[in-house]
Amino acid sequence: MHWINFPLLTIMIWSGLRIYWADLRDPFGFGVGLVGWHWFDFLPDFINGPLGLERKLARGMAFHFTFGWLFTLNGIAYGIYTWRSGEWRHLLPDRYSVKDAVAVTKHDMFIRNKPLPPQGRYNGAQRLSYTLIIVLGAIATLTGLAIYRPTQLNILTTIFGGYESARTIHFIVTIAFLVFFVIHILQVIRAGWPNFASMVTGYELQKPKADTGTDTETETDTANDDAPGNAGDEVPSNV
Amino acid sequence: MSKPSASDAANWSEADIERAERYAALDAESPVLSHGQYRSQSRRSFLTGGAMAVAGFAGWQWLRGRPEDNRAIDVLRRGHEFNESLWRKISREQAQAPTFDRSESSMMRVNGRHGIGEEIDLDAWELTVLGPDGSTLGTHTMDDILALPKVEMTIEHKCVEGWSHIVTWGGTRFSDFMALYADELGEDTTEFVSMETPDGDYFVGLDMPSMRNSQMLLAYELQGEPLTQEHGAPLRLATPNKYGIKTIKRIGTIEFTNEQPTDFWFERGYDWYAQL
Repeated sequence: MHWINFPLLTIMIWSGLRIYWADLRDPFGFGVGLVGWHWFDFLPDFINGPLGLERKLARGMAFHFTFGWLFTLNGIAYGIYTWRSGEWRHLLPDRYSVKDAVAVTKHDMFIRNKPLPPQGRYNGAQRLSYTLIIVLGAIATLTGLAIYRPTQLNILTTIFGGYESARTIHFIVTIAFLVFFVIHILQVIRAGWPNFASMVTGYELQKPKADTGTDTETETDTANDDAPGNAGDEVPSNV
Repeated sequence: MSKPSASDAANWSEADIERAERYAALDAESPVLSHGQYRSQSRRSFLTGGAMAVAGFAGWQWLRGRPEDNRAIDVLRRGHEFNESLWRKISREQAQAPTFDRSESSMMRVNGRHGIGEEIDLDAWELTVLGPDGSTLGTHTMDDILALPKVEMTIEHKCVEGWSHIVTWGGTRFSDFMALYADELGEDTTEFVSMETPDGDYFVGLDMPSMRNSQMLLAYELQGEPLTQEHGAPLRLATPNKYGIKTIKRIGTIEFTNEQPTDFWFERGYDWYAQL
């Protein structure tokens, strides 16, 4: 589902930008509305050209409103799977997560001053961000519906503060997705190949611990046959 | 993505150690593979992943190469049609868009000139009404329209391009106008309405449930003033419940029909329904 989501979200953002960019007279409306002044060309022409974002409104809408369903269904399937399989216990933040996240973030930004806190499969920062991204996905879907049918779903549109407000939230969430994506990629690169492999296979390769005693397997990639508590995990990444 | 090392663990408090044990217990519930199983699982996953990536790319190329139906990729045109059939089932005919205080409204930009390129003599303007068999049911001057009950509404006009604008329209409900033809059209009226500019250059197709909505106006005033020619004088459509592409300016002909009429922007790749 993670890997299905990647191309789907890419298509949604790409087609969404085609829609966003259609209003050429006011292409900076978002920047103006958000910060109060025109602060950057969003996006500059040299990016729009190659991505085919200019003047493709009809196509953008066609892609957006068809693929939106696939994105939504994938999100619902992920939610149901995560809940039914019990995987949510690895992913939902617990009461330590905020504190842990601060410590982990400091560590990752090289301003660490404390030992890393204990973690399960995911650390506090991961629990928070992987949960937040699902919440953002839900908000993207709901604000999307709110601006897609603002009269028929006027209650939903009102909840998000009206049409223009729902639209702004929809864009902010999009930018949040992009920010998440950049950090996510950097972290995956930093975590290295075995971690990436676990994102594909759904199993995490464990190094043998020195204290497993009788286990004589010592090659770094051969550890999954030691004690159960020390071995491979299934992660809900490739279902 | 750093994991705590042995030196981190050495500094943990007792509560931390307890917590680490709890996490480990949860992890221990996950299935464990032997080395051999892991190797084959890994191979299988990467092969499947690679195959899916290739299939996804091939699917994308296939989609992009599909023939077009009214300037939209046929698969995506089916997507529009699926959405339309879904929303036609669940839509509330009288759903009301929010209205605003008149003071919040302001003059709107002029956004499209299709079908109104040349100015016309407003006094010579006439509205023709056609029935489902193509016969002329009647013709009207502005006086006929002005004689109908007048409604004013301040609503958010929305464009497919993404902008919206709060404006005040004055006019008559389409349903009140349609009532003039109650005898000819019968109680069930027709399934669709088609409208076009006098020169036939711009035309819209609309579904009857949307036309019955009380926020569907035949408008002749914008911001309390008679429409200017570039805003569609003397008579145009105004509603907050369809995108602006459906609010045709300078209506010349209104046709009641049971066959889904074509539509200017539909022929250029947009959704026919364009509901909000």
